[in-house]
Amino acid sequence: MAEQEVVLLDEWLSMFGSRARIALAEKGIKYEYREEDLSNKSPLLLQMNPIHKKIPVLIRKGEPICESLIIVEYIDEVWKETAPLLPSDPYLRAQARFWADFVNKKVGDVGGRIWAGKKEEHEEAKKEIIENLKQLEETLGDKTFFGGETFGFVDIALVPFSPWFYTYEALCNFKVETHCPKLISWAHRCIQRQSVSKSLAAEKEIYDFVIDFRKKSQLD
Amino acid sequence: MSEGEKVVKLLGAWPSPFVMRPRIALNIKSASYEFLEETLGSKSQLLLQSNPVHKKIPVLIHGDKPVCESLIIVEYVDQVFSSGPSILPSDPYDRSVARFWAAYLDDKWFPAMKAIAGAKGDEEGKALIQQLGEGLALMESAYHNISKGKPFFGGDRVGYLDIAFGCFLGWLRVTESHIGLKLLDQTKTPGLAQWAETFCADDAVKPVMPETDKLSEFAKLLMAKTASN
Repeated sequence: MAEQEVVLLDEWLSMFGSRARIALAEKGIKYEYREEDLSNKSPLLLQMNPIHKKIPVLIRKGEPICESLIIVEYIDEVWKETAPLLPSDPYLRAQARFWADFVNKKVGDVGGRIWAGKKEEHEEAKKEIIENLKQLEETLGDKTFFGGETFGFVDIALVPFSPWFYTYEALCNFKVETHCPKLISWAHRCIQRQSVSKSLAAEKEIYDFVIDFRKKSQLD
Repeated sequence: MSEGEKVVKLLGAWPSPFVMRPRIALNIKSASYEFLEETLGSKSQLLLQSNPVHKKIPVLIHGDKPVCESLIIVEYVDQVFSSGPSILPSDPYDRSVARFWAAYLDDKWFPAMKAIAGAKGDEEGKALIQQLGEGLALMESAYHNISKGKPFFGGDRVGYLDIAFGCFLGWLRVTESHIGLKLLDQTKTPGLAQWAETFCADDAVKPVMPETDKLSEFAKLLMAKTASN
């Protein structure tokens, strides 16, 4: 590992992994990407994240940083001269952290109940996710990005979920655009950035994975 | 008006470990604030206005701006009251470690502790107690690695992870008396046992750490209320 200072243990389809990829790309950091097979976790992953055994894990100078938003903050603090991801103003910083946390609890967790949950849970999860996305739509308003004119922390927290919308929509029979047109436009704007387009999994690939997963787990 | 001159209000409740976190942080900074106590079972207009998304305490209102979520408030206080002692470590890696453990406590450890009271049957209760014990073993190990021989996770002074973890000590004691088993003590977790004593005696913590007896009474009240709902 001595040759590469920064290593990312990741799994291409993971929205959480995408966050780390986007942050690294925004800062122009060279790193070694290592794809994990989550059904057969590498000894390195188990050694670096023994508590959760999850990706993403950023390894720098042999030391692990775990949890996607913690990784993004770490990246922002270490490579602080380029492309700041969090605002410097304490109040705006607190707001950014609040909404990123909201994405985790109200989109991440609920989304999980859709793609990995039983069919019976879908109606309830659908209602919740629509309500939560509408809350985010309201927060975004007419701004270019969540922080205003600059792409940042909340955008990074949320945009990896946008290719998952296709899957949520197919499983629950609704369209995000009907309820949250501004979010859809925002997602398009984000994807114009190379850091984002190069870091997101394709929606078809995600869909195929989920359908296969659901079949194997007999969820439908 | 400078940041230090703006009025600070904290919406909270004395039994809440999450509310204790910003109170300790404000005490470390010697920042004065108005503590607005919420009543159990009802939410004030001010709370609903300042935290319309989650409708939960704590909420810090600085001037007229609300900050929500206990750990976010602690980081905010650390940044804003920059003349006082630092709460977060200065090194980015150390910060990431502190944040990692705080997230573990909030996402995994404390929910297990909360669930013990409502556990259905022996099996579930035993599994949760085991989880709690395993978590404390992890924290004992983390304490040794992070404190490096100093009294606190934060080193010589109470820091972010001390606050994030220490706020649960009161409820841990209540849980231990409820299950009739000590989980954090000299034999099982010697490092943490010493740390807990030092933490609770700290000037920033003592005024806001509730007595275990009072918490036990409150827990009974809460259980009765939950049962009747």
